[in-house]
Amino acid sequence: MALLTKKDAKLISDPLADNNPITIQVLGICSALAITAELKASIVMAIAVMFVLGVGNVVISLMRNIIPSKIRIIVQLIVVATLVIVVDQVLKAFAYELSKTLSVFVGLIITNCIIMGRFEAFALGNGPWRSFLDGIGNALGYGVILVIVGFFRELLGSGTLLGFKVLGDPIAKTGLYSIGYENNGFMIIPPAALIVVGVIIWVQRSRNKALIEDH
Amino acid sequence: MAINTDKNVYTVVFAAVMVIVVGSLLAFMASGLKSRIQENERFEKQQNILYAMGVNENQDEGSVSFVPTDKVEAEFSKYIKEQIVIEGDDIVKDNEAYLIDMKKQLALYKKGETPKLPLFIGEKDGKKSYIIPMYGKGLWDAIWGFISLDEQMNVQGVYFDHKGETPGLGANIKQRYFMDDFTGESILDGTRYAGISVAKGNNDPLNETKDDNEVDALAGATITGNGVSAMIKESVNLYKDYLQTISAK
Repeated sequence: MALLTKKDAKLISDPLADNNPITIQVLGICSALAITAELKASIVMAIAVMFVLGVGNVVISLMRNIIPSKIRIIVQLIVVATLVIVVDQVLKAFAYELSKTLSVFVGLIITNCIIMGRFEAFALGNGPWRSFLDGIGNALGYGVILVIVGFFRELLGSGTLLGFKVLGDPIAKTGLYSIGYENNGFMIIPPAALIVVGVIIWVQRSRNKALIEDH
Repeated sequence: MAINTDKNVYTVVFAAVMVIVVGSLLAFMASGLKSRIQENERFEKQQNILYAMGVNENQDEGSVSFVPTDKVEAEFSKYIKEQIVIEGDDIVKDNEAYLIDMKKQLALYKKGETPKLPLFIGEKDGKKSYIIPMYGKGLWDAIWGFISLDEQMNVQGVYFDHKGETPGLGANIKQRYFMDDFTGESILDGTRYAGISVAKGNNDPLNETKDDNEVDALAGATITGNGVSAMIKESVNLYKDYLQTISAK
């Protein structure tokens, strides 16, 4: 027996590629630009969003029949806000340095349109298990882009990956730096993320022409 | 029996129950994690103070690295020889002085009351440092930091931090290239107290003159820069009398 039925597996795989929240739906761009200067922050942000979206989707799905429709958006907001505070406090207690780097962006998970979008579009109409898969799938789709962007920005901007000097030491001029390579300071600043995301969108659409909209 | 979720009574009851459940959940969690969070904040203060006096793990240019958290308590008691609290003319020793909130003390001072001013006396390689905590306003929110002075009132090092300055502009006050500029500057103009100003358009962008009481400003961060100048001026001003007794020695 397969672990997931074909329909369920699609919930995970779709947002990874052809229905990616960042590159196709163009949601969650704010955080994708802001925190991807380092790979580590990207990974943590992806995990945090995965937690909030996975658990949040399940909670909303379990309550979908008892939530008064008049206040459903407020209820959704309360669920996201609660989960975000949990993430924030846990980071402060166990990963203080990181919580300082992410500071406002953890709070901004609340306003990440991907989350409210999935609650409203999916969890309110589907069972908990499928909602959970949908949440994880969308968070993975978001996370993959974050990690790709973080990878290139940290590598080209600082010459490191997760803090390790993979290209050699820029001060002691070892490795690549000994032949005159320089870090590109532009990659550190947020506009560089826009360019990297743009390149990803370009590559994705040129590989799958069906994704190109008619105008 | 299906519940009619459209009724007003139901909506109100649902909202009330939800708030109670969520509220107690968060309160429970916050009190559970409180001690850990406070410990982290304590370590951070110790790291910042040590950073200002030059005890840090800075290696290459550009990055700011503190003493690691597992060592910070030992290093703090090794380098910080004395913590004192200055209250008017009274000076008392207090090993918890670093936990005093500078924001509250500045507010007391502005109301005309006597503030309790913490000062840390450190010693590294035989040189004494007097480390003063600072607190002020940036463009969006609070900025704070520590400034370490030697007996001649020259800056040995500074550390700045901020709550929400603009990333890439004002937030750069906690970058090495900005903080390092302060090292060697004097807070005195001759014998008069002058502070250090973050100035743009000064004739010394590389900061070679160390006795002009000026460092080069950050482009695009005028208000944050002014905030840093004001913060240094105001905070260090409170310690003027005490500092005079040191430099007079």
